[in-house]
Amino acid sequence: MSLLSRPVRAALIAGSMSLALVATGCGSSDPKAPAADGGDSASAECAPFAQFGKHEGKKVSIYSPIRDKEADLFQETWAPFEKCTGMKITYEGTGEFEAQIQVRTDGGNPPDLAFFPQPGLLERFAKAGKLKPAPAEVKKLTEQNWSADWAKYGTVDGTFYAAPLGASVKSFVWYSPKMFAEKGWTVPTTWDELMTLSNTIAGTGVKPWCAGIESGEATGWPATDWIEDILLRELGPEEYDNWVAHKLPFNDPKVVAAVDKVGSILKNDKFVNGGYGPVKSISSTAFQEGGVPITEGKCALHRQASFYANFWPEGTKVAEDGDVFAFYLPGNDPSKKPVLGAGEFVGAFADRPEVQAVQAYLATGDYANARMKLGTYVSANKGVDIANAQNPIDKLSIEMLQDPNTIFRFDGSDLMPAAVGAGTFWKGMTDWINGKDTKTVLDYIEASWPKS
Amino acid sequence: MTTVSSTVAAVRPGEESAAGRVRKRLTSRTASLAAIVIAVLWTTPTFGLFLSSLRPEDQIKSTGWWTFFSDPQITLENYQEVLFGTSSSSGQMASFLVNSLVITIPSVLFPLAFAAFAAYALAWVPFRGRNWVYIGIFALQVVPLQMSLVPLLSFFSEGVSVFGTQILPAWNLEGPARFAQVWFAHTCFALPLGVFLLHNFMSELPGELMEAARVDGATHGVVFRRLVLPLVAPALATFGIFQFLWVWNDLLVALIFAGGTADSAPMTVRLAQMAGTRGNEWQRLTAGAFVSLVIPLVVFLSMQRYFVRGLLAGSVKG
Amino acid sequence: MNLDFDFAAEQPKLVQLLLGVVAFCAVVALLLLLLDRAPMRQRARLHATILLAPALILLAIGLIVPAVRTTLLSFMNGDGSRWVGLDNYLWMFTQPEAVTVLRNTLVWVALVPILVTSVGLLYAVVVDRTRFESIAKSLVFLPMAISFVGAGIIWKFVYAYRPEGSDQIGLLNQIVVALGGTPQQWLLEPPLNTLFLIVVMVWIQAGFATVVLSAAIKGIPAEIVEAARLDGASPVQMFFQVTLPCIRSAVVVVLVTQSIGTLKLFDIVRTMTGGQFDTSVIANEMYNQAFRYGETGKGAALAVFLFVLVTPIVVYQIRQRREAAR
Repeated sequence: MSLLSRPVRAALIAGSMSLALVATGCGSSDPKAPAADGGDSASAECAPFAQFGKHEGKKVSIYSPIRDKEADLFQETWAPFEKCTGMKITYEGTGEFEAQIQVRTDGGNPPDLAFFPQPGLLERFAKAGKLKPAPAEVKKLTEQNWSADWAKYGTVDGTFYAAPLGASVKSFVWYSPKMFAEKGWTVPTTWDELMTLSNTIAGTGVKPWCAGIESGEATGWPATDWIEDILLRELGPEEYDNWVAHKLPFNDPKVVAAVDKVGSILKNDKFVNGGYGPVKSISSTAFQEGGVPITEGKCALHRQASFYANFWPEGTKVAEDGDVFAFYLPGNDPSKKPVLGAGEFVGAFADRPEVQAVQAYLATGDYANARMKLGTYVSANKGVDIANAQNPIDKLSIEMLQDPNTIFRFDGSDLMPAAVGAGTFWKGMTDWINGKDTKTVLDYIEASWPKS
Repeated sequence: MTTVSSTVAAVRPGEESAAGRVRKRLTSRTASLAAIVIAVLWTTPTFGLFLSSLRPEDQIKSTGWWTFFSDPQITLENYQEVLFGTSSSSGQMASFLVNSLVITIPSVLFPLAFAAFAAYALAWVPFRGRNWVYIGIFALQVVPLQMSLVPLLSFFSEGVSVFGTQILPAWNLEGPARFAQVWFAHTCFALPLGVFLLHNFMSELPGELMEAARVDGATHGVVFRRLVLPLVAPALATFGIFQFLWVWNDLLVALIFAGGTADSAPMTVRLAQMAGTRGNEWQRLTAGAFVSLVIPLVVFLSMQRYFVRGLLAGSVKG
Repeated sequence: MNLDFDFAAEQPKLVQLLLGVVAFCAVVALLLLLLDRAPMRQRARLHATILLAPALILLAIGLIVPAVRTTLLSFMNGDGSRWVGLDNYLWMFTQPEAVTVLRNTLVWVALVPILVTSVGLLYAVVVDRTRFESIAKSLVFLPMAISFVGAGIIWKFVYAYRPEGSDQIGLLNQIVVALGGTPQQWLLEPPLNTLFLIVVMVWIQAGFATVVLSAAIKGIPAEIVEAARLDGASPVQMFFQVTLPCIRSAVVVVLVTQSIGTLKLFDIVRTMTGGQFDTSVIANEMYNQAFRYGETGKGAALAVFLFVLVTPIVVYQIRQRREAAR
């Protein structure tokens, strides 16, 4: 049953009820769909969840780094699932996820499920034998709903542990369509065009690029994204994988060249830091504010992930013809479009039936669609209906993720051992922005790679 | 101090006359000035935060708080968001406030009592090796809290077993009973500082007083209750306040032992959650910081008179 | 606005609070009862045991066991599966930034206690017996009531940087600009940035020093003060010859607690710079290694090094005890 994709399953359910009832996912109350009586409408609502079984009075706890409004939307999404299966999901979002999950697991008090934003962290727990392998059903759903690239990140030493959940696309350059139209600039499709454009903009007296990498204890990560994006283009996906796995040394001449290429923008006083000052101001500017000068006309380009859509000042229209929008960060060859992205993975510390039911539910297209309808959300799940996207940037991201020709690669720093990926890499890139030369910084990161 | 000394340098010491009175007034004036300067310096950042918390979000991010004086714009929106929320979990702040109180009160009482008992024993009950016990407790102050989290959590969730035999069972607490874990943890972590502080005060009490009481046949219990406790009230108040502040503002211990839901998590946890997944909502943090500041401040103000009781404690010092 | 507050839902918590307070009273009453029943003259050891038992049991579970465990872990690898001898300590003293981290920690521990005590002492002395004493003390105390997160935000505001020519949003740069200077990025330039972080710690902790020292000053017997005054002591003489000796033990308390607090400090560094720009301290590095990077062994080694750093203070305390015993 669960093997069927969403539309097929919906049709089957509708058929089995011998009613021309369109099951459009959970909790829908289409006024045109006649419900015979109260009992029928309840079972119609619950029909999509029948496959997950009944778990009356059971509890499942979820631990996650996602907080605030996004967390509320999660809970809203799975409320019908809870109601129909009879279980209760306790959701807990924390800003200290990486540290806390370690403490709770070591202390013998892990949650049932955790949303891991770093496959590297997932791998650490899997290797320590703390995680339960994903049940066959979740594995099947994942194979069917996600590309092999994605499924790979939930797999450790050949065992599949975790299905992906949400996603974000990082290979975007934000710009102002209005400003571009006014000045007669066009969206570049190759790196050379991008550099020409940057020079043109610099010629008008405006610094073309703005950036911010300050993020409290995580300061430096936006710079690592920059490096990864360029490495992926310069080295190609296979060599990128080697670099992530430390088969290609961090201070390899090829890496040095790629980092210098980023430096031609980020360490170029002619190009940065629009609206904020000299190169060094990048490391003291909060990443949330990094692109804001675009709205003030003090800067034209800002490389940041799809989720930056949430950070524009209130009233900024995010659309192809609006105040801001994003284009794909071009490489040398416009025919190759590798995409750098990130996302969460649902790892399980328990294998009770109700826990596995939640895992299976979260891997379905139904879940992703229901979540998308409630607010901005991107998933690489092939079952998502692009019509449900809440804004143009989500739509563009999903298009990129669903395109079968897209070569997807995960944010490398999330895959590396945390000591590098969440430590020396961030720190090194911050030092680099602050004036240290490329070779010194890369040698330092290379030397810090944990020796197993 | 240099301003004070230069003012008085001209006046010959020992002159109890008009000059003396002038000197006194002058010093108190310079002293007052210094006090005001420090107070202003110390309050300015907080004041800036307070003004910021009342300003609209886009203003906080684009202009300094002092522009408020030329362009006053006030909104209570930040407070409204913090206290009542705009999300499905609205109106929960009250619930987290209750949790904070339920966590804090016993977490102050227990260490206060246990530290006072221990400090008294170390100061006034002569037994062999007490210096070493004291030094040991003192040295424990340096154990980083973070290093205790895992062992303590496994003590709660797995119990104690030695070589495979279960000696103590797991606590397995559910619902409101989980608060007991938080109390336990806070009490453990507070004891070294508490014993150190209280011992310092208690050991300074005049020995003759103790001796006299014991000659009268008072037991340790009586001496402790009737004599020592009233005399060290300022020290108790001091430690009590700091423990209160520590527990009230703690995030780390609460995150591990109280969890993150409205069932048992304190306000700090809630505020940290409201910072948003990518930390961009810090206009809420400015308001949140003030909301959580109110109760400690009230406690401090109402406890202040106990500090002045120090006069009383000092008067018995020979 | 949603004001509905479900009182019924909160009731179990309040019941739990009541239970907690009852348990507290019961334990205290039990201990006092035991103490009263125990024979007075003989067996001081029994009395000491009764009085010390709760504290010692809790300390054993909450701190001694973890301390021993940490020491063992410091000789093991990242996930505690293999003994590695002194590797973690070697790593600690050979990594290039170790010197920076160590130097920063020493700067912190050298400056913070002295600055905090001086400011607190100065303030406690000058506001003593002035009309607005309680308000003044409350104002200095205020930062103590703000959580580290709050303090982090406040000081990020103070140090915020905007380029020359545009509106400053940080107070410090606004002042610099108003005086005709160019705005600076205060937290980026070592070694000064460590000093700017230390300012935050002093700002928070001065209230502690003020309150403790002020209480001690009030404890100085009135006769002593009066006698000194009759002898014609100047305020400066008063301070150094009467006030300071009389509150010596309170000063020591502040110095010691501040030293230990500073050694363990990590919140300020973590929230303000994340330990970057050469501002990291041992406790911050320890937290990163043990929890964020999953390198428990290295984190434990740093923690053990913290124990070692506190030894001078412990030795000082031992000396004190010896003198007191004499």
